[in-house]
Amino acid sequence: MRRLTWFNATSLTLGFAFLYLPMIILIVYSFNESKLVTVWAGFSTKWYGTLIQNEAFLDAAWVTIQVAVVSSTIATVLGTMAALVLVRAGRFYGRTLFSGMIYAPLVMPEVITGLSLLLLFIGIGLDRGIFTIILAHTTFSMCFVSVVVSSRLVTFDRSLEEAALDLGCSHFDAFRLVTLPIIAPAVISGWLLAFTLSLDDLVIASFTAGPSATTLPIKIWSSIRLGVSPEINALSTIMIAIVAVGVITASLITKRASLRQQADERAAVHA
Amino acid sequence: MSQTVFEPWNDPDAKPLIQFKNVTKRFGEFTAIDNQSFDIYEKEFFALLGPSGCGKTTMMRMLAGFEKPTEGTILLGGQDIAPFPPNKRAVNMMFQSYALFPHLSVWDNIAFGLKRDGKSKDEIAARVEEMLKLTRLEQFARRKPHQISGGQRQRVALARSLAKAPKLLLLDEPLGALDAKLRQATQFELMDIQEKTGTTFVIVTHDQEEAMTVASRVAVMDTGKIIQADTPQVIYEAPASRYVADFIGDVNLIDGMAEAREGGAEAASTAESETPAQFEAEIPAAETAPRAPQPNERGKWLHDKLFKYILGPREDAPKQLPPPTPEESKAAASAVQPYAIAPGGITIHWAEGQPPLIASNGDPALAGKRVTLAVRPEKLGISKDRPESANALRGKVIDIAYLGNLSTYHVELANGTMVKAQLANTRRVAQRDITWEDKVWISFRDTAGVVLGE
Ligand SMILES: Nc1ncnc2c1ncn2[C@@H]1O[C@H](COP(=O)(O)OP(=O)(O)OP(=O)(O)O)[C@@H](O)[C@H]1O
Ligand SMILES: [Mg+2]
Repeated sequence: MRRLTWFNATSLTLGFAFLYLPMIILIVYSFNESKLVTVWAGFSTKWYGTLIQNEAFLDAAWVTIQVAVVSSTIATVLGTMAALVLVRAGRFYGRTLFSGMIYAPLVMPEVITGLSLLLLFIGIGLDRGIFTIILAHTTFSMCFVSVVVSSRLVTFDRSLEEAALDLGCSHFDAFRLVTLPIIAPAVISGWLLAFTLSLDDLVIASFTAGPSATTLPIKIWSSIRLGVSPEINALSTIMIAIVAVGVITASLITKRASLRQQADERAAVHA
Repeated sequence: MSQTVFEPWNDPDAKPLIQFKNVTKRFGEFTAIDNQSFDIYEKEFFALLGPSGCGKTTMMRMLAGFEKPTEGTILLGGQDIAPFPPNKRAVNMMFQSYALFPHLSVWDNIAFGLKRDGKSKDEIAARVEEMLKLTRLEQFARRKPHQISGGQRQRVALARSLAKAPKLLLLDEPLGALDAKLRQATQFELMDIQEKTGTTFVIVTHDQEEAMTVASRVAVMDTGKIIQADTPQVIYEAPASRYVADFIGDVNLIDGMAEAREGGAEAASTAESETPAQFEAEIPAAETAPRAPQPNERGKWLHDKLFKYILGPREDAPKQLPPPTPEESKAAASAVQPYAIAPGGITIHWAEGQPPLIASNGDPALAGKRVTLAVRPEKLGISKDRPESANALRGKVIDIAYLGNLSTYHVELANGTMVKAQLANTRRVAQRDITWEDKVWISFRDTAGVVLGE
């Protein structure tokens, strides 16, 4: 392995500081005794205690998780299907238009997406609540999934599917047994992307949320207008912890898989 | 060994397994297969041979069901296969690119098709083991495709396509990445499998020798067309066109003007007038090429009687083959025996002032037309003295290529035409009496070549 040079070490430190310093400050202050956010008065975990008793925050958190899981799952299914069609279907009339249209929400200002969805829901008389948030999140995160998956699909060797068909698979089996396992990493990262997008979306959620359901970002946003409380710091710390655990688990799984593969290899050599 | 010849294509009652009927395949403007009709019979080993891009893979893909013919129909067992998707055809294909499943181990790759058939676990395991053994992949069973070599991958692909023992097996360059030994072994395995299972094989290959070895019939293709489909022997010995003759193996093509021939008598008599006695006298004494300083007779005697026991045997003489006897030299010079010219056929005027070539197997109808005489290099004799032969041409050795078991002599004829003559290396090269720049005689029989019209 090559050793870090001075320059590399410095830029690495600066980069990471830039990324993580705000979060570290937030985490530190979540353990602050004082009610004042900016004044350190000693270590305490009392804000976590009050947070657990705060029904409104807990409800919002539950809604957020439900929305994120359901919408990212639906978005992954739809986005993968869209990617398959766009990459695979060869040339059909209006293909360029369709592929352009699927990527449009990527660059569309969120305010406009949110507003148009709101108008739609009002237009068809759909009561705003958790269901409308899920629909909205699915809509905008689907295209992210589609981008990630289709970039994998363009390099996917079609003859693998043909081989599967040749060996007696139906089209669905060929997809399930050959295509999906091979593009799985892209699909999973698409899902994770959709999940995080949904988790931290504020703009679209505030257009499509109703009185019956509020997401955590909306809750945080509305409560800091009344002043930042240490409770919010505690809540954010928990969110950071959840995300960190998720990311670490995901990378561990990947690492384990590659280790197992290496073990396989060794076993094969010494067999 | 008594066996009936396997020639269903000559049997008017035989039902072909595959029938191409006026099949055309276009990719946009480009015509990949151009209005082809031909039959492949059950238990055949049908080899497609042709230059890159001539449509071999396209032919296979239409059979496997990945491409639909633009025009025409393909019948399998008398039934139009157009409506059947690839997974509903009793056809397996080995892909030119192998198309191994990267996420599955070698074992699972081979088992893939068997699992689709809903076979029992034990049955699958037994069959996979059998295939692994056949392709000598046992110790790689647990590896993933990216952990094995190119040749091993090719064998996995082969094993996977063989595993289901389909009625029709399409092999797109199945053995290209294997070394010569393993390739030969696998060729024989394929023929063995075919004998045992009665599978019909369609095989694409760039290796003519392979096509010759395994195929019941060879189809030579050129840009979307099958030019000739026939047994390897016919393709080799009696190609129907210049293209086929040129494509299959080495060949000497001599252009000329055909003339009908009355009979072989006078030509034969002129050749016979050369007396064998004179012939023998001209054979040069076996050459003792100047080598390292040689001991004289006394030195040799001394060595053999005395020093041998101290210094070991003499280095020079005993290791050498004995020089050719005059009888051997004569036999080598006139390899084109026995000598008799059949009547009929044509003569070919190929160069000013040179005697015409005699081709007693030529079609007299070609008289007056421009023709090409195609003669295989191994059918040419080469000698320093004029041999007794229907056709004997003067030439000069330009180059000698040593091919191990054979040597090819490149000889320039009187009109500048280059021909190749091939001789088996039955003796050591150093003892050959023909070298560069030598004036030689090229000879071949009146039936050695094939006369091809324009
Ligand atoms: N999907 C396609 N679209 C357009 N042209 C194609 C397509 N597939 C094949 N071709 C063209 O058809 C011709 C025949 O292709 P094919 O793959 O059958 O060649 P081949 O005989 O198998 O060659 P090789 O020996 O190099 O494998 C080629 O000129 C190729 O460019
Ligand atoms: Mg090909």
